Amino acid sequence: MKRALLLLCALSAAQAASAADKEAVIGVAISITGPAASYGAQQKAGIQAALADLGPGKLDVKIEDDASTKEQGITVFQKLINRDKVSAILGPTLSNTASAADPLAQAAGVPVLAVSNTAAKGITDIGNFIWRDSLTEKQVIPGAFKKAQEKLKFKTAGVLYGNDDVFTKAGYDVMAKTLDDLKIKVLGTQTFAKPDRDYNAQLTALAGAKPDVLVVSALADNAAAIVAQARQLGWKGPILGGNGFNSPAFIKNAGPAAEGVMVGTSWNSLSKDAANQKFLEAMKKVGVNPDQFSAQAYTGILILAEAVKQSGGKTGREDINAGLAKVKNFDTPLGKFSFTPERDANHEPSVQEVKDGKFQIVQ
Amino acid sequence: MGQQILNGLFVGSIYALFAVGYTLVFGVLDILNLAHQAVFMLCAFIALALVESLHLSIWVALPLAILAGGLIGIGLERLAFRPLRGRAGSNISGLISSLAMATVFEAIAAQIFGPDISRFPQGTFPDVQWHPGEATVSLLQICIAGISVLLMAVLTWLLQRTRLGRSIRAVAENPRAARILGIDVDKVISVSFFLSSALAGAAGVLFGLAFNSMSPDVGRSVELKGLAVIILGGMGSVPGAVIAGFAIGLVEVFTVAHVGSSYRDIVSFAVLFIVLVARPRGLFGQIATREA
Repeated sequence: MKRALLLLCALSAAQAASAADKEAVIGVAISITGPAASYGAQQKAGIQAALADLGPGKLDVKIEDDASTKEQGITVFQKLINRDKVSAILGPTLSNTASAADPLAQAAGVPVLAVSNTAAKGITDIGNFIWRDSLTEKQVIPGAFKKAQEKLKFKTAGVLYGNDDVFTKAGYDVMAKTLDDLKIKVLGTQTFAKPDRDYNAQLTALAGAKPDVLVVSALADNAAAIVAQARQLGWKGPILGGNGFNSPAFIKNAGPAAEGVMVGTSWNSLSKDAANQKFLEAMKKVGVNPDQFSAQAYTGILILAEAVKQSGGKTGREDINAGLAKVKNFDTPLGKFSFTPERDANHEPSVQEVKDGKFQIVQ
Repeated sequence: MGQQILNGLFVGSIYALFAVGYTLVFGVLDILNLAHQAVFMLCAFIALALVESLHLSIWVALPLAILAGGLIGIGLERLAFRPLRGRAGSNISGLISSLAMATVFEAIAAQIFGPDISRFPQGTFPDVQWHPGEATVSLLQICIAGISVLLMAVLTWLLQRTRLGRSIRAVAENPRAARILGIDVDKVISVSFFLSSALAGAAGVLFGLAFNSMSPDVGRSVELKGLAVIILGGMGSVPGAVIAGFAIGLVEVFTVAHVGSSYRDIVSFAVLFIVLVARPRGLFGQIATREA
């Protein structure tokens, strides 16, 4: 019985392939298993939703598991490139995996569209076949701070950052520049190290300068403790966080202290744009609660379909790569989407605030 | 300003509590017990498990965790120190075997609780605050400082006023002479480890409650501070460890407030360095004699 079912599946798959031999074959490498599996599940749902919206006969998608590792990522890329002869690849989930697997695609001339890699360096600079629709940390922070400033009208800030970690230090550099650009006066800057557990001295010194907001660049673990201790010391003002805060674990660990913390995000879940409403509708049908990752994966499929359209329906690897370059002001759930000359994403980020124990978009 | 003094006294009380046990074992055995920080960490996790899984009140979990710390200390002495005692170079081999035990304890904690940060559940301790002037003090902070001072006072009384304390001091002074006088040296050492590790455990639970983020390597940063405290206070001196604990807590906080947080460790260790150069036996260490 089982075998018959399998045979049936195989037959119908073969039929589908022969029925539309002109459709572009897209390989998807995402983390179905491993530490990034929670992101992978969202991405898979987003891809299914996008395929349902596109309708049959546009893209033939093959989903593979990169297992959240470099090694498996490389194996999957080799299979997609050499055996499945895909026209383009979507993924992989982690920047780390991408840095190892993307060079294979670049060498083979297969366009790759990353939908969740956010490392500023080492992704799109691999070569001219590597693209992404996910905003880097460098892009999210300035946009998010600008929006937060418009809402809160703060004029002064106190800054706290981890100075022994590449990620938090890089986040701080972007924050410092952004605050400078927005003409926000920094009343004090304090640092901590990753193993620190006690931030009272730094927070007391910062709060003593009476800034309008507290700006913090920290990994999720430190972030939760910093926010909790700041609230304990009586800090009632807003706290602006870097991307380290952008994790459900942060809210869980900080508890009620997390209320009022603001963080940048690439996807505005409340956007009334038709493209976003369509995405929300499609996700409802898939039966998964959407987040930034499903929105970016959904957008990735739409962009690849648009690239095929832009290249006049041709599905060769070079054609799709040329088509991607022509995607401009394209309506997506992330907003009007274009690529930068460096093949990175270019769209407006949003700001979300913790309210009632959940991240909620600030209008 | 007032708030920073409070911050300093608060973190200093935990440093002092940690260092008192550290220096006690050093005073008795002349050995640094590098597993002290691991007992500190294990007890924080034991209290967490009691609160989380058995839903005990923290006021029940705290003494139980302290007791567990003491028992771990006795086991630690049996496993890592006693078999080596009397052998040539036993000070160095004891130091290394305690380091090995620390690694074992950390690995056990990582297996059970995972490498990520763990926290006491919300509401483990009532969230009550006072606002004297501009400062903020919580009931938790007062309890932590209070419990630390109380435990240190009990230890001092024990060492100075009881028969047990006299035995500990006698062994610290000269184990051979103590044995000749009829003191059961092995038992005294066991008891010293019990007291020392129980205090480490108390410090661990209080630290976990105070900063509410525990991981298997949480003891490492405190270990270094604790080492600085006992050197500053004079190796083996209990009152020295208490005063140096508060001193380092205050120096750290004032460095952050007036010099900058990046300089915090530089300043505390520079103070330590200067004291060592000017007064090699630490602030309260006595030449050629030791207090337990």
